[in-house]
Amino acid sequence: MTTPADEKSTTTTRRLTWLLPAAFFVIGALITGIVVALLMNIAQRKAEGTQPFFQVVQLTETSFDPAEWGKNFPAQYEGWKNTTQMLDDDKATPPAGDPRAFMAKSKLAEDPRLITMWQGYAFSVEYNHPRGHANMLLDQQLIKRVQAPFKQPGACLNCHASVPEVLYKLNPTDPAAAWAKMNVTPYADATKLAEHPVSCIDCHDPKTMALRVTRPAFVEGIKAYKASLGVANYDVNTMATNNEMRAFVCAQCHVEYYFKGDAKTLTFPWKNGLTASNALDYYDSVGFSDFTNTLTGAKMLKAQHPDYETWSQGVHAANGVTCADCHMPYTRQGAVKVSDHQVRSPLWDDNQINKSCLTCHHETEAVMRARVEGIQSTWKTQQSKSFDALDQLIRDINAAQGNGTPQANIDAARQWQRKAQFFQDYTVSENSKGFHAPQYSLSLVNEATDAARRGQLALRGISEPMTVDPAKDYTPMKATPAPAPSTTAPATPAPAVTPTPIVNPVYSPAAPGATPSK
Amino acid sequence: MGRAGQNGKDAVERLYLAVGGLRGLLFVVGSALVGVLAGIMVFTFGYANGLAYFGDEATTCKQCHSMNKQFDAWSKGSHHTLACQECHSPEKATLPVQWLVSEADNGFWHSLKFTTGDYPLNIKIRDHNKEIVRVNCLRCHGNLVSQIEQPALHASAQIDCLRCHSEVGHKR
Repeated sequence: MTTPADEKSTTTTRRLTWLLPAAFFVIGALITGIVVALLMNIAQRKAEGTQPFFQVVQLTETSFDPAEWGKNFPAQYEGWKNTTQMLDDDKATPPAGDPRAFMAKSKLAEDPRLITMWQGYAFSVEYNHPRGHANMLLDQQLIKRVQAPFKQPGACLNCHASVPEVLYKLNPTDPAAAWAKMNVTPYADATKLAEHPVSCIDCHDPKTMALRVTRPAFVEGIKAYKASLGVANYDVNTMATNNEMRAFVCAQCHVEYYFKGDAKTLTFPWKNGLTASNALDYYDSVGFSDFTNTLTGAKMLKAQHPDYETWSQGVHAANGVTCADCHMPYTRQGAVKVSDHQVRSPLWDDNQINKSCLTCHHETEAVMRARVEGIQSTWKTQQSKSFDALDQLIRDINAAQGNGTPQANIDAARQWQRKAQFFQDYTVSENSKGFHAPQYSLSLVNEATDAARRGQLALRGISEPMTVDPAKDYTPMKATPAPAPSTTAPATPAPAVTPTPIVNPVYSPAAPGATPSK
Repeated sequence: MGRAGQNGKDAVERLYLAVGGLRGLLFVVGSALVGVLAGIMVFTFGYANGLAYFGDEATTCKQCHSMNKQFDAWSKGSHHTLACQECHSPEKATLPVQWLVSEADNGFWHSLKFTTGDYPLNIKIRDHNKEIVRVNCLRCHGNLVSQIEQPALHASAQIDCLRCHSEVGHKR
């Protein structure tokens, strides 16, 4: 006779007989699944190490569209396309009717002293932070500096478009003639020929993928610079080393330049060397100025973005660390390392710091970030003080023009403004916030401050000597008569002096009276 | 149904009974499945050259390509006659337990990180592994640097040999 309890126990046992194998089956299947997945993963990792490149299309000298190159080099193309990306903190909302989803923040709003120093020049109207390569053409077409009333030459396209295509459209057989034509064509017309921002063919030979220079201005500029070092007839595309090319292709654009004469020939001021002083000497010797500051009447230079020249004065350049090493670091794709074509700041995020800085600097990401930001904030503090000096010189010259100050004093002050402003502009327009060559950048700031203060003194008719060699051209000042060492203590101690704290008034933007002329 | 069919059915039934009925059949199928799994596991282990991980050849450490750079640098360094573990593991002869724990710990994390791909381009040594290396520096060079080390003075902040001698193990 069976009790209900026995029956229940039998049912449980019977259920167990089925549940147990079922559970084992599921567990067995899971383990098998995981092991097979691991096997596939190992196979995939092994395969990654073997075949890095598949040629899909044949690239030629007329393969202007980067998407074509992307078929052969998908990782590089993906990176290049990603240069449209921005960090959220850097984004600004474009004005109504602007086709862009977001744009870079205004540098003028950040530091209105720029508006004062560029009175009479288009830069005082709109000047923004830089954005990624893929944005360069659209950003230029939309900036107020190229729109009415301003008239800009097609030479501007040299660094805001993929130039080989523009030249090909202008003259498929004679690139030199095409380049000359592009430079003088009004910007509004020339830009219609531009299809792409800087892309693959601007830096790479389509047959071999080797780096090559495509900009005539750099070919001439580096030739002049090498000549100053004693190397005659330098031809960059045949004589440069591979490592030099890793900076040269970038230096086609990230440099100080001017448009020479009525032909608007893009020219780099490198005949005397690569420093700001060398450039100023060059411009003085050829009598060039970009504009006249309408507040002071001084003939001004507009420094552009001398990233290459500044880098060349620093410790990284001295050690053969080029643009590509930090801004296009190798990135891992399976077993293959790909140069990161999303060109950007190494400080973008910790992963980027790891890929660039940590290749040589055996430190943590946080330590490297702190080191770079420390250099930048030191530069920023000094640069701001220097900018005050320049701003005060501009205001002083402006006031002096109507108050009977001798013309000779005003002319001398204008010369100082030219120097102070060029140096100030040089280091402000440079894109590394003083990092590419920290000591050099601080020296530029110091030169700018000195020039501005000397300009203010010049207005007052004072010309202070400049000590070049203290051992030869300097006489120490000595107190007369020489103070005798006191033997007796004074009867009553002198009252303690409380120093007055220095409080400076805060900057208020200049009311720009003059309208930009260019 | 023909005679042959009848015989065949009998044979199947006899086999069924021979293996022990339903339970026996399940056991046989189950064993076969375990065998399949074991086979796949052994194959995977062999395919991944898993046996190498029980030896001390330096080439083992770059079986996955993520350590190519470290391997190349090691082969140029002054310590290239020593196996990786001589510096990177506790001494096997005197500290067998610590040695095993360290091998298992690093082996597990290396496998996981490499399989998922979740690791940076420039890999960094962890602090406790750095300490293992430091101890191993002293294992050979201890007498030479005993005056520098001064453990009584720097008990909480040991001098990091590699801060200056960063290229003895891996030369760039």
